[in-house]
Amino acid sequence: MKNLILTTAALALSAGMAMADTVRMGTEGAYPPWNFINDAGEIDGFERELGDELCKRANLECEWVKNDWDSIIPNLVSGNYDVIIAGMSITDERDEVIDFTQNYTPPDPSAYVATSDDVDVANGVVAAQTGTIQAGYIAESGATLVEFASPEETIAAVRNGEADAVLADKSFLAPIADEDAELRFVAEDVPLGGGVGIGVRESDGDLKEKLNTAIQSMKDDGSLNELITKWEVSSTF
Amino acid sequence: MHWSFYLSFLKVLLLLAVTAPVALSFGFVGAMAARSHIPPVSWLGKGYIAIVRGVPDIAFFMFFVIALDQAFEWTRHKILCPDWPDPIRQGNDFIVCQSAKLPLSTAPEFVHETYGFFLAVITFSIVFGAFAANVLFGGMRAVPHAQLETAAAYGLSPSQTFWRILVPQMWVYALPGLSNLWMVLIKATPLLFLLGIEDIVYWARELGGTKTTKFTQYPHGDWRMWYFLALLIFYLGMTRVSEIGLEKLMRRLSHGQATSGGELLRKETTA
Repeated sequence: MKNLILTTAALALSAGMAMADTVRMGTEGAYPPWNFINDAGEIDGFERELGDELCKRANLECEWVKNDWDSIIPNLVSGNYDVIIAGMSITDERDEVIDFTQNYTPPDPSAYVATSDDVDVANGVVAAQTGTIQAGYIAESGATLVEFASPEETIAAVRNGEADAVLADKSFLAPIADEDAELRFVAEDVPLGGGVGIGVRESDGDLKEKLNTAIQSMKDDGSLNELITKWEVSSTF
Repeated sequence: MHWSFYLSFLKVLLLLAVTAPVALSFGFVGAMAARSHIPPVSWLGKGYIAIVRGVPDIAFFMFFVIALDQAFEWTRHKILCPDWPDPIRQGNDFIVCQSAKLPLSTAPEFVHETYGFFLAVITFSIVFGAFAANVLFGGMRAVPHAQLETAAAYGLSPSQTFWRILVPQMWVYALPGLSNLWMVLIKATPLLFLLGIEDIVYWARELGGTKTTKFTQYPHGDWRMWYFLALLIFYLGMTRVSEIGLEKLMRRLSHGQATSGGELLRKETTA
């Protein structure tokens, strides 16, 4: 029995060394069309398809992991997974803690959604997801910010009147506003962030280079633009 | 998709089934240490009880799990990769060699999930063990002193007194406190969600959230209220069943005890 355990342990260890290239991809799984859980219970969406293609091009073996948005950066730096691919905009604040690859979607405006046309987004109560660029923007504007842990809750806050409006990526809000007669886009769009990139640990320069090359090759042959159009996540390059 | 939801109910039940006995044994060891006559051991037991009881659960669950995981990986790193040249801490990053990762990044997803579950059980056990230790400590002291003196008079050694006289009698004093803990433990299981385990709260939120026609075949509005209502009924059912079970247990333990409950039982049988 003891031998059996030792052999298994040895096997597991040597297997670990042989295929050291497994990359664990962390995502939120609650932000369609970027990433969400499909009817089969699997991670799906723009970033799933993009990530799988990038791994193929960079010759990496990839595995998908779900993690809450709130703790998505701490779990990356402590090594529970190797990349964040969760619609995360490249900002200076985040760049101090982790590194980003080049962006895979161009900087795109965020939009307000509310139940009536005459809400005052400049001075009213606006909902946003915690730790997003939208939350940061509202906090600095004159409006009152209410934060929620998940995207779903920000929409619910507008529906039940807790907030006057919600500020989020336009691509996330569009399908929801389309299907709910009460919700509509209001006010001007706000240009925010430097586009969306893949987050990696600062010490993980190799992986960052590999992903950068893969993203560049998808930009060059137009397949990235195709994916963006297919999932309607942003404007194209 | 809904299978994951049903499966998560089993996860919660499994957590309760594993955590309760482990926490109880932590508590027992803690209480034994706290009432030890050797000062360092007693300090250790009392320190464990005081520190863990004093730290807010949320802080404990947020911080402790990551710290525990890093402690495991750090130890494995020191043993498995003694020649590693780079420091483990590089700025914000925590980097150990590939073979020291726990679980290995090549391991299938279910291994990662099991490992996460295992960390959760340890964390829950340490937290609830501290409370249980305090309850058991009190229970041990509540046993009438005359009982112990009688044991000594009969020539029982201290360890015999402890195991044969004290322990069998203390449960009846500890049970009200322990049953409180069990109820709190049931209600605390949604904290699993904080630990990144996809428990019933995660799936209720995920499945109940708005689904638009674009991304699913079964679109619906915000149904979270109904899903959470189901959770409410589940938890109420769990606590009700526990109450009934604990009451029966209390009755059994009171049998022949020099407490008011035991007295009541005696009258019932003799009347």
